[in-house]
Amino acid sequence: MIREELNQTRIAVTGSTGFLGTALVERLLRSAPGCELVLLVRPGRRGAQHRVDRDILRNDAFDRLRTELEEAGGETFDEMCARRVFAVAGDVGTDGLGLDEEGLALLATCDLAIHSAATVSFDSALDDAVEVNLLGPTRVARALQAAAEIRTEATRTGRPPGEPAHLVAVSTCYVAGSRRGRAPEELVDESPFFVDVDWRAEVDNARRARIHNEQESRSPERLQELSKEARRQLGAAGTPALAEKLEQLRQRWVGERMTNAGRARAGSLGFPDAYAFTKALGERALGETRGDVPVSIVRPSIIESALAEPVPGWIRGFRMAEPVIAAYARGLLVEFPGVPEGTVDVIPVDLVVATILAVAARGPEFDDHGNHTPDVVQIASGGANPLKYGQLVDLVQAWFTERPVYDEYNQPISVPDWRFPGRGRVSKQLTRARRALDVGERLLDTLPLRGTQADIGARLEERKEQLERASGYVELYGAYAECEAIYQLDRLYRLWGSLDADDRRDFLMDPVAVDWPTYINEIQLPSTVKQARLKMAPGRKVSVNRADRIRKNVLSPDRQLAVFDLENTLIASNVVASYAWLATRRLDTPDRIRLAAQTIREVPTLLSLDRADRSDFLRYFYKRFDKASVDRLDHDAMEMMSDLLITKSFPDGIRRVREHRRLGHRTLLITGALELVVEPLRPLFDDIVAAEMTSVDGVYTGRLRGVPPTGEVRYQVMVDYAAEHDIDLREAVAYADSSSDLPMLEAVGFPVAVNAETKLASIARKRGWLIEHWSKSAGAPNRVVPIGPRTHRGPVRNRRGSRA
Amino acid sequence: MLDVDKSTPPILFHHGEQFRLEKLPADRSRVIYPAEPLPGLPDPDESIRQALLNPIDDDPLPALLTPGMKLTIAFDDISLPLPSMRKPDIRQRIIEQVLDMAAAAGVDDVHLIAALALHRRMTEAELRHALGDRVYDAFAPHDALYNHDAEDPDGMVELGLTRHDEQVTMNKRAAESDLLIYVNLNIVSMDGGWKSTATGLSGYSGIRHHHNVKTMRESKSFMDRHSSELHHSNWRQGEVIKAHGPRIFQIETTINNNTFGYDGPLHVLQKREWEWTARDRATFVGMQKGLDAMPSSARRKIFQGWKAPYELTSVQAGDVEKVHETTLEHCFAQHLVPVEGQTDVLTFGLPYICPYNVNSVMNPILVMCLGLGYFFNMYRGKPLVREGGVLIMSHPTPWEFHPVHHPSYIDFFEQVLSDTTDPIEIEQKYEKQWAEDEWYIHLYRNSYAYHGVHPFYMWYWGAHALQYLGRVIIVGGDPRSVRRLGFTPASTMQDALEIASDVVGPAPTITHLHNPPILMADVT
Repeated sequence: MIREELNQTRIAVTGSTGFLGTALVERLLRSAPGCELVLLVRPGRRGAQHRVDRDILRNDAFDRLRTELEEAGGETFDEMCARRVFAVAGDVGTDGLGLDEEGLALLATCDLAIHSAATVSFDSALDDAVEVNLLGPTRVARALQAAAEIRTEATRTGRPPGEPAHLVAVSTCYVAGSRRGRAPEELVDESPFFVDVDWRAEVDNARRARIHNEQESRSPERLQELSKEARRQLGAAGTPALAEKLEQLRQRWVGERMTNAGRARAGSLGFPDAYAFTKALGERALGETRGDVPVSIVRPSIIESALAEPVPGWIRGFRMAEPVIAAYARGLLVEFPGVPEGTVDVIPVDLVVATILAVAARGPEFDDHGNHTPDVVQIASGGANPLKYGQLVDLVQAWFTERPVYDEYNQPISVPDWRFPGRGRVSKQLTRARRALDVGERLLDTLPLRGTQADIGARLEERKEQLERASGYVELYGAYAECEAIYQLDRLYRLWGSLDADDRRDFLMDPVAVDWPTYINEIQLPSTVKQARLKMAPGRKVSVNRADRIRKNVLSPDRQLAVFDLENTLIASNVVASYAWLATRRLDTPDRIRLAAQTIREVPTLLSLDRADRSDFLRYFYKRFDKASVDRLDHDAMEMMSDLLITKSFPDGIRRVREHRRLGHRTLLITGALELVVEPLRPLFDDIVAAEMTSVDGVYTGRLRGVPPTGEVRYQVMVDYAAEHDIDLREAVAYADSSSDLPMLEAVGFPVAVNAETKLASIARKRGWLIEHWSKSAGAPNRVVPIGPRTHRGPVRNRRGSRA
Repeated sequence: MLDVDKSTPPILFHHGEQFRLEKLPADRSRVIYPAEPLPGLPDPDESIRQALLNPIDDDPLPALLTPGMKLTIAFDDISLPLPSMRKPDIRQRIIEQVLDMAAAAGVDDVHLIAALALHRRMTEAELRHALGDRVYDAFAPHDALYNHDAEDPDGMVELGLTRHDEQVTMNKRAAESDLLIYVNLNIVSMDGGWKSTATGLSGYSGIRHHHNVKTMRESKSFMDRHSSELHHSNWRQGEVIKAHGPRIFQIETTINNNTFGYDGPLHVLQKREWEWTARDRATFVGMQKGLDAMPSSARRKIFQGWKAPYELTSVQAGDVEKVHETTLEHCFAQHLVPVEGQTDVLTFGLPYICPYNVNSVMNPILVMCLGLGYFFNMYRGKPLVREGGVLIMSHPTPWEFHPVHHPSYIDFFEQVLSDTTDPIEIEQKYEKQWAEDEWYIHLYRNSYAYHGVHPFYMWYWGAHALQYLGRVIIVGGDPRSVRRLGFTPASTMQDALEIASDVVGPAPTITHLHNPPILMADVT
């Protein structure tokens, strides 16, 4: 019956790129081979058709149909789609659905519309939720009305011009709000618990909140605060990088404010979150504005992976329960709030699809006088076949105890005993843990850590993020896990009762048919493991493997250029040390001590200058070389190569430079150090770009010839160099230690963080860059104070005359 | 020589900058001690003067010096003696007298060259220590005192080929001098003779003819000049130098075994364990505990600071070959200890120093070279240990390298030894690349680095022993570096003997070579 009813129809579907929408499209194409589909999708950059092809039809949901068609011979899947599926560019977040004339004309040929587009994310911004969830159904109804009015000839099933198509709107059970007890299948405003508010005022206020927060985010005080945060995260990364970060932070700040606004408003009216709240008002608005459009509302509870159709366990995207279960399996979520007797109301997606199709096939409901009022059908499990929270937890725990997830050290993670605490206690615990980590992170930030130590910082940060994610789940889903409402299914069963035996076999929608232990153990959890890519077997050490793999790429003969920073990347030294060495080389002992003491005294000033802006610091510092003899410094620099540069070098780093050269890559050193200091390293590299000091009459002036190559200048130098030598930066490798080198690292195809300080370490980990820990040679002489060994050698002449 | 019985006290093993006391199994172990230091010459300066005035088979030095002549004085580098000796160094004593004679003869074109072959350059401080401030300040500022540079494209000349087609190259200034005076410090019998000039003033193209696996495997031992292919090759190169090179006036010197002093903090190391007094014992235990508590860098500083009170035992000058024969007599008089029969297991404790880590770090490659190269070859006749026997050495063998002195060693250890420890394979696969590497050459010439090829020579030095021994065990070494060397790590001597029994059976004979002070076994 369902198949026959739908076979001749042309059906408009919104939200077909989503989980439920994709399942609907698949089912319709497979089970009603006569129907045609008009898919309303946001066109993106490459048009609606492209999106339909790429984001919908390529999903693995269609594998079954693809194979069936292939086995049957005849029409292929692609040919069938070309014949039956039409893409229309549109957006339920825009008035008039953003349809052009052609789109509206196509909509006019439809007999039925299924509106499944929604912002389902529980933490979406208030105004986003309002535009899509609240106004979406109204806009669809209005578009159907308008389409009917421009219809010139009857549809395939004979719907005459002027008669709008039937609208099946997908809502959610949670429009009933946070309450205990029975929640019947009735319109929201029929419920005695519904606080009736003016939905139009809510729309206005949501839009105004966005404007207000956007303004607020641009206030000087806020920008200053955000700029401080950007600097804290990136360090002295140069103006462009900091500006980009600041803008990112500003947008995130506005987003967070809007999410909070949504949650607060929803809570004030008795809804668990903005999603349920806007969905409820959406139903209300639809009822008011539907005009002549006949409407049916289908309310699923939490939709989960498929029980049987198209294949058991099929799911699209990372749904609500998956991240929670994954977090638990990883040992991250020690406690999750909820009452063991509480009901977790989940429903497999194929049951929801079947319900929607049954409602669509049945058509709109009319009373005895031929009047239409929208009807509601709920599809949930809590009333007929409840899955108890305690039972779910036991099943999950048993499953992961038998098949533990392995951590990065290949140790199985034992899943904790869930103790069913109240939500308040869990939040408090998480907040406390997060605060402790915050303090730890601040502390680490202020310490000049590098390399492996900085890795601790990065790990701490990761841990913090995981905690944040976990506490996010608690806040978001806590209300659902604690929900004690029972959704009534009277109308669903009435519908089920009206189906014939064939339909009952092919379109299962009776929640009693779900055997929870089987569903959880054999469908849900294997699917979660696959989706979350949990590590279910102790592989070889993954992290090492990964580094080796990236390193192999870095050292592939295909690379063209390897760019190196000097200080702390190849050598554990800095400009202050080399200055002190050169300056003390020809001083008497008391003077040497005085100079060293003076330099040490200046360290705090120098450090703060350095933190603020590296090139200012270099300009300020290099003034000290004023009036130094060119010959003498050049000669002493050669001695310093041994005593300071090579002594403090990282042999692994030097070897890496040479490996790149041997592979035929160009090697380039870009450093803010003085050219005269790095001159002795010239044989190591193809080219060196360093800070150049001007000289007059054989003495240095202490002034630099150009801007010293640090931060974004370093990036520019590299880009210019690549252009000059016809090198593709995607084939370039860059090695650096500090977040101030981010512009350079981001510009190349193969960035490598060497002995990264805390900030860069965390960035590198997040982006999956190669991280190298290079250290000084064990056995290198330990110099606490960089003082040049005194020489009494008279006038300097370079006997060899060459500086090979 | 001491046969170990139940009443024998534990025997001292050098262990880098530390020491171990080990009880050797009774009734099948013996300890070979170095000879007591020979008396030093009472007036070294006078003996030197006499040697210069009465050379062997040559005219007195003043007769060879003429105004306007080009004179070059080459001298042994920092690798000799070990440890460095107290001031004044013998080189200073000799060179000061030579310079006085040259000045008296009106010679003003004089250059002094540290004949370091492919070793690292000597620092200003090291040159000052070896030659004295007076010589340094008179010559260095005028660029007349400097380190040999085998990679200077304008500084080397080809002298020709030997009858075995071996190239002979030499420092250009030395080769073009009217007279080349070579000042030797012959601490062991390997040093001196034609090796001084044919190797010390040469470069890679000359040295590779005898510093290779084949030659080293045929030098049994390289401490015994007449059974050493290393020396035969050098002597052939000497023939070419004699024919086409400068006139050479060779000065050789020998020193006694007074390495640690008759008194002072280290004197106990020069005494036999059973002669230790209660005070010696207390001193030793205190020293051992103190050293164990120190960080390795502090220990290294203390030991590298030790200057040996060596005394001059002979000085001879004149014709290269004749002078060297006399030198060998003096050398053997101090070092040779007669030993009867070979042993199953040879043990020794490796000290903190070898020729290539003065003021530096004894890295694992040098541990191999000192043990399997120098100590193993301290024999005349046949090796102390039987073929297929086991060598047990004691050394911490830390995974440590001096980044300035041994940059090519670091890469050799990481890249070559991780691939293979077979000397032949190493020679064929890697030597050329390392030897011709621009960066190593740059560091050898301008920094203080051993030449890129030098770690290969260290490995070849042990090639004879590697081929000959059944197993090599290092006691108390860092297991990672010991395994990288291809040896077996053991944490105690007991464990080592246990492991050795797999190769030589349950009750092997054991011989301990109590070195330093230096000794050479005359095995019959």
